Amino acid sequence: MSKRQDQGFEHPHSSEITPKAVYKDRRHFLAAAGVGAAAGVAALTAHRAQATATPVHGGLPAPGKLAALAAQKNTALSTTQATTPYKDVTTYNNFYEFGTSKSDPSQNAGSLKTRPWTVVVEGEVHKPRTFGIDDLLKLAPMEERIYRHRCVKGWAMVVPWLGYSLSNLLKAVEPTGNAKYVEYITLLDPAEMPGQNDPILQWPYLEGLRMDEAMHPLTLLTFGLYGEVLPNQDGAPMRMVIPWKYGFKGGKSIVKIRLVEKQPVTSWMRAVPQWYGFYSNVNPDVSPQNWSQANERMIGQGGAFGGLFAPRIPTQLFNGYGAQVASLYQGMNLKKFF
Amino acid sequence: MTAASSLSLPRRVLRSRAVKPLLFVLCLLPFAGLFWRGWTNDLGPNPEQTVIWTTGLWALRLLLITLSVTPLRKLTGWAELARFRRMFGLFVFFYALLHFTAWLGLVNGFSVDMALRDVVKHPFVLAGMTALLLMIPLALTSTNGMIRRLGARRWQALHRLVYVVGVVAVFHFWWGKLAKNNTASPTVYALILALLLGLRLWWAWRAALARRTQLHRARAIDDQSNDPAGKQVSNQVGKQVTNQGKSRSLA
Repeated sequence: MSKRQDQGFEHPHSSEITPKAVYKDRRHFLAAAGVGAAAGVAALTAHRAQATATPVHGGLPAPGKLAALAAQKNTALSTTQATTPYKDVTTYNNFYEFGTSKSDPSQNAGSLKTRPWTVVVEGEVHKPRTFGIDDLLKLAPMEERIYRHRCVKGWAMVVPWLGYSLSNLLKAVEPTGNAKYVEYITLLDPAEMPGQNDPILQWPYLEGLRMDEAMHPLTLLTFGLYGEVLPNQDGAPMRMVIPWKYGFKGGKSIVKIRLVEKQPVTSWMRAVPQWYGFYSNVNPDVSPQNWSQANERMIGQGGAFGGLFAPRIPTQLFNGYGAQVASLYQGMNLKKFF
Repeated sequence: MTAASSLSLPRRVLRSRAVKPLLFVLCLLPFAGLFWRGWTNDLGPNPEQTVIWTTGLWALRLLLITLSVTPLRKLTGWAELARFRRMFGLFVFFYALLHFTAWLGLVNGFSVDMALRDVVKHPFVLAGMTALLLMIPLALTSTNGMIRRLGARRWQALHRLVYVVGVVAVFHFWWGKLAKNNTASPTVYALILALLLGLRLWWAWRAALARRTQLHRARAIDDQSNDPAGKQVSNQVGKQVTNQGKSRSLA
């Protein structure tokens, strides 16, 4: 990452982002959230009413590259950690549909057309529906949430996402009693997504969640980052962000959401089943993969040699969101259900 | 015959004094490049990964280059190539050591405890570690003095370990890339390694075959003549052939 003035994007420290009063309120929320997810929702609702119409993305200057997306800060569900520079968030991407190298998506994703865009929501629902992207943008109030992001390959970022809880959309289609899982599917179009000509994964990319995970307020249906709509390489126009799971659970450029009864077989489960399980919760002690998950490299910290010698930080269970989500997995063997 | 002027152009070039220093500098370039990129803050968003990948990849590339010296020498007849082999081999060790140090320091924060746990738990890491450990005796015995002390035959036998290093290293690379289900480039490296090792097997097999037919021929002569003098001759031929075979396998 470059620290040159003309390229660099200066971001304030987290303490400068969050007003003290709101920050204090967050403490109350976190205490409440410890009780359970329901308490979390209540606190969230209470908080939303209190949130003022502060500028988007925590007062950070918008990069001015794409269309702005108005949103209200959700400090209660945001980390106070310093955000990863916009440049890194938008040039260091895993999006195999545009190539396997991390720099490929930002170079190749220009071919993706994000308008018009429709999303089919179907399966075990009473009101299946095809949404236009503009309907989805208006379905619920847009919030900014600063989430930690942990890749399964041992690196991490902090990203100011824009979106709303997926539960808003799921409630709108009225799931039936048979809806046990949600699967979400990325666009299949080798012309716009040249990486799909490579049979490295079975296309289209498919990911999924258990219903209670999908309904959890932290699960974010995401439309933007850093105060603007999503750049193509980050999954425009709509993607999933599940902050307590490894990054690959967050399907990008979604065109279909299906509510189903049986646990979906995701793209990575199909490709390397011994390493990638359905849950893929961030867990420093469980590494069915070939490398340790004990710690992580924070991207874009800067420093000498581009931050090469900055120490790694210990990885936290559920990526530090244990207070909010641990109850979802009570009694489950996390080593078995990885 | 010994006059340099009678040699082909490539052989004359390979004999020039400048070639070895030039190759030395070339082998250092990946390291110098990394250092320069670090110095100018240009190691990318994930400098740790850039360093680990680059050093690992060059260790593997140089290993394949090292292993191609002898086949290339045999195919072209350019005997001068042999004098670069040790340098290439030591550069493999140099990059492997950098790769290891980066992993130990940057990924594990120099915590030997954490690193060991990683080695024990994950075959991918164990494979890399094995390749490095197997290279240590090779690096230590790379001097002329050590060759003399061990004797050419024992030295040769020990340095056949490099074939095992090659297989384990490619496996380590392949396993690492399996994480992203992206095994195209490890497959290419594996094919090149298979070719280099396959050539050796082929030559060894042919040498063994030639040895046997020569022995048969010698025995046939032996059977034809019953005089004791003839027997002596054929025994001598047999001995010579065996010695030839041995010295050839040392190449």
